[in-house]
Amino acid sequence: MAGGIERKVINTTHGPDAPHGDFTRVGQRARKIDGIGKATGEAVYTDDIVLPGMLHAKTLRSPHAHAKILSIDTSRALALAGVHAVVVGSEMPVKYGVIPWTPDENALATDKVRFIGDEVAAVAAIDEDTANAALALIDVEYELLEPFFDPHKSLVQSEPQIHETDARGQPYKKGNISKNVLLEFGEVDAAIDGAAHVVEDDYVFHGTAHAPIEPHCAVARFGSDGVLTLWSSTQIPHYVHRALARVLEMPAHRIRVIQPHLGGAFGGKSDPFSLEFCVCKLAMKSKRPVKMLYTREETFYTHRGRHPMEMHFRTACDAEGRVTGVDSKILIDGGSYSSFGLVTTYYSGQLLTGPCHFPTYRFDSTRVFTNKPPCGPKRGHGSVQPRFALEIQLDRLATKVGLDPIEFRRRNLQAENSQTVNGQTITSNGYLECLDVVEEASGWKDKRGKLPFGRGVGMAGSMYISGTNYAVYPNDMPQAGILVKLDRSGLAQVYTGTSDIGQGSSSVMATLVAEELGLRLDQVRVIAADTDLTPVDLGAYSSRITLMAGNASVDAGRKLRKQVQAAVGEHFDIPPQQVMLAEGFAFDREDGERRITSQQAFELTETKFETLAATGSYNTPDRGGDYRGGTIGASPAYSFTAHAAEVSVDTETGEIKIEKFWVAHDCGRAISPVQVEGQIEGSTYMGAAEVVLESHDVYSDESHVEAGLHRRPSLLEYTIPTSLDTPEIDARIVESIDPEGPYGAKEAGEGPLHGSIPAVANAIYDACGIWLTELPFSPGKVLAALRAKQGETSAPSPNGKASADTSVEAIRARLAAAKKGKS
Amino acid sequence: MRVLSFRLNGDDVHIAAPDHWTLLEVLRYRAGLTGSKQGCDKGDCGACTLHVDGKSVLSCLTLAGEVVGREVTTIEGLVSEAGPDVVQDSFDEAGCLQCGFCQPGMIMAARQLVTENPQASRDEIRDALSSNLCRCTGYTKIYDAVEDACRRTLASVDSPEGPAGGAEPRAHRNGVGGMAKLDEQPAGEAS
Repeated sequence: MAGGIERKVINTTHGPDAPHGDFTRVGQRARKIDGIGKATGEAVYTDDIVLPGMLHAKTLRSPHAHAKILSIDTSRALALAGVHAVVVGSEMPVKYGVIPWTPDENALATDKVRFIGDEVAAVAAIDEDTANAALALIDVEYELLEPFFDPHKSLVQSEPQIHETDARGQPYKKGNISKNVLLEFGEVDAAIDGAAHVVEDDYVFHGTAHAPIEPHCAVARFGSDGVLTLWSSTQIPHYVHRALARVLEMPAHRIRVIQPHLGGAFGGKSDPFSLEFCVCKLAMKSKRPVKMLYTREETFYTHRGRHPMEMHFRTACDAEGRVTGVDSKILIDGGSYSSFGLVTTYYSGQLLTGPCHFPTYRFDSTRVFTNKPPCGPKRGHGSVQPRFALEIQLDRLATKVGLDPIEFRRRNLQAENSQTVNGQTITSNGYLECLDVVEEASGWKDKRGKLPFGRGVGMAGSMYISGTNYAVYPNDMPQAGILVKLDRSGLAQVYTGTSDIGQGSSSVMATLVAEELGLRLDQVRVIAADTDLTPVDLGAYSSRITLMAGNASVDAGRKLRKQVQAAVGEHFDIPPQQVMLAEGFAFDREDGERRITSQQAFELTETKFETLAATGSYNTPDRGGDYRGGTIGASPAYSFTAHAAEVSVDTETGEIKIEKFWVAHDCGRAISPVQVEGQIEGSTYMGAAEVVLESHDVYSDESHVEAGLHRRPSLLEYTIPTSLDTPEIDARIVESIDPEGPYGAKEAGEGPLHGSIPAVANAIYDACGIWLTELPFSPGKVLAALRAKQGETSAPSPNGKASADTSVEAIRARLAAAKKGKS
Repeated sequence: MRVLSFRLNGDDVHIAAPDHWTLLEVLRYRAGLTGSKQGCDKGDCGACTLHVDGKSVLSCLTLAGEVVGREVTTIEGLVSEAGPDVVQDSFDEAGCLQCGFCQPGMIMAARQLVTENPQASRDEIRDALSSNLCRCTGYTKIYDAVEDACRRTLASVDSPEGPAGGAEPRAHRNGVGGMAKLDEQPAGEAS
């Protein structure tokens, strides 16, 4: 994606060392800078914004999964008292998409609709009730088209086409296929066919939703000065800024995008969305501020959640348990639009090549369009699904070789300072330590293969990116920029384009600047995610902020520190490097009694250097494989995680209970350990939910009257876990200090989701000898697998459980015996 | 449209609102109290949880007319002249505030538990918070926060300053665990 652009490394000032030997802020268990405001209800989220004269808007959505729009008549809606403006697709005809190669979305449908819920028109009125009433007065004439709900059908049937034109407006030549990626590294077939052990199976990962508790919301104001301001619950203000300029056909400098406090995102707010364009257009038409808040049901149709994938995997190893090759073929159900799909298709293969090393590899991934809510990036974008398949295959191989699963993974380590089979550069790697930690913490050696029938432990490993080396659109500008301003008040003000979506990025920026300038956290304030005020940052996606914006923060802080040291050095009549900044003071390093406050130090600095501010930037080093797509999945640093899970399987009812997770995550240097733990716990919780509870899907029987309707469009039906459903999670931090990260930090927000899912699958095998391959693991699937097992007369497995008789009678007998043994 | 008279965070208020509006709508759109959040508007998520006569209720499922003559305490009402309530402070200290959107409701549910059972076990805490969905934390640090608030409350009972908790004087607490139903008319209700 770099397009041959010569890239330069801007920032050379980052690195693992503390400014003065020991860290004073980094690594502290500090409160977040915005925590108490959230606890008291002061924090302002988008829906909390009320502007004078503000109108409320609602969206008319398609009731058909696939149809041509023949006509739209809005005259009756416009005539309704209280309606101020109506907008339809023809007023915003320019297509957009977060990936510049696949702009296939319209703010509102122009000529056809592609899923139930596709946006058709929007109304701004004095209140929501009036806007809703007006929607019922919009007359749309549709011509129904054959819908596609089955990805296999999209693969083979190209008519009617869901997208008829490509990015250049020419006829789309790939039928209903969104993207295909076939990459092969080494002689895979030979390496697998000639291997001592081969496992081959099909895996199904279902669709899941992000379900942040805050629904999407946007507010727009179009000032008489011609400046358009959008407040939006987005995690990518910069890309929204660009998309607004494109679609509204306005110069970007007349548009301002602000992200207020954000109530959760998880990747679900990382596309530009219809409501953002609609409130802007409606504000421009009505000359009044306009707000739109999606209902919970609308958020389920807006979706962009995890792609369903059907995956065929072959993995092989030699007699000693060294993996010789991995071969996968993956069908990806993309839903109705591209979103990040091009990247998803690459990620389904490119992100799998660690922490398990394999010398040969092939993946063949195809994403197709269907007439369902569009899929996109959800936490662990594109790689959670194949990780599920691969980590089960590794356990199956370990079983065949007769190795403990943890030992098997140690034997196949993709070591630090190495290159993966697909050309990605691994720098720091704390995976071995992660394995040690979960092995010890979970009591693995006393449990694996040793627990009573129906109870077991399993583990899985994973790796994830700390941002991508290449921006979503090719350019040679910094990926992250920051501005730090100091003045005689003693305050350091940090202006950052980063989006704090709850992951705590603003607190991380504050911590890094405080470390460099020797300040307490209350002496640093952060202004974030306002395109008028803050330098460009590409947003909160692909776990990029801590590493990238973190380096920019250190860069800016370091520049200012040099100035402060020079001014204070002059004052103390000592060399600048003898001046130490810590805890709100500037010291003489040789004589701790000689000190002045930071405020006094900043006064001296402002006197010497005049008005004080510094910018910091970060751009990524050149990384990745030398082939088409080789840069996708390239990251400045990779995080590593090991999960262990203990489960109980009720072999009578088929119910699975996850008793506990032990998770060790290598995040490089933990800037804020509390926040890292929170990310580990939250990621693992989210993964656990995907194993047993959550499923995003629509009614897919084409002849059914409800075909295309979401089966569970509410939080009650979609069943995100309550406190009672969530297993205990023991989160541990492993710190491998990375050479590229700010003070050695890497990501923590997405990596710790991956292994939670296959760890449960592998624990279920340990519990009762079945390999479940299709998510979610419902009781029915458990019972079916137990029944299938019953028919087998296999040789004893290493733990002696796999060969057990799994008839209901036998299970009951064993349970009774186990109970008797315990009492 | 009618004028609703009730006690809101210690003040007597008179607010005109359409008859079909919920308490959440009245608070957010008329009273300017946006701390109570709308996550689902149908009683599934708990982000709008607040106290009516000291009991946790879902304000998105409560018609505003039902609170006439009653005492409503919102997340904003927990903050006293002395600062944030002990539960609010414990949530911040424990680091469980990620996106924070569920937390006003979660804190109101926790506040009721800490008041009624400051010796709550971890299982009782899990139980008491089970009507409030959090998508960020996996709940672990929320339990830590509530345990901390309980500890601090018990410790302060014996202290000369009296019990911790800014909201205590403002709300009449007589509820039981979980969400309450407003099925009894309060004494002296005007309309």
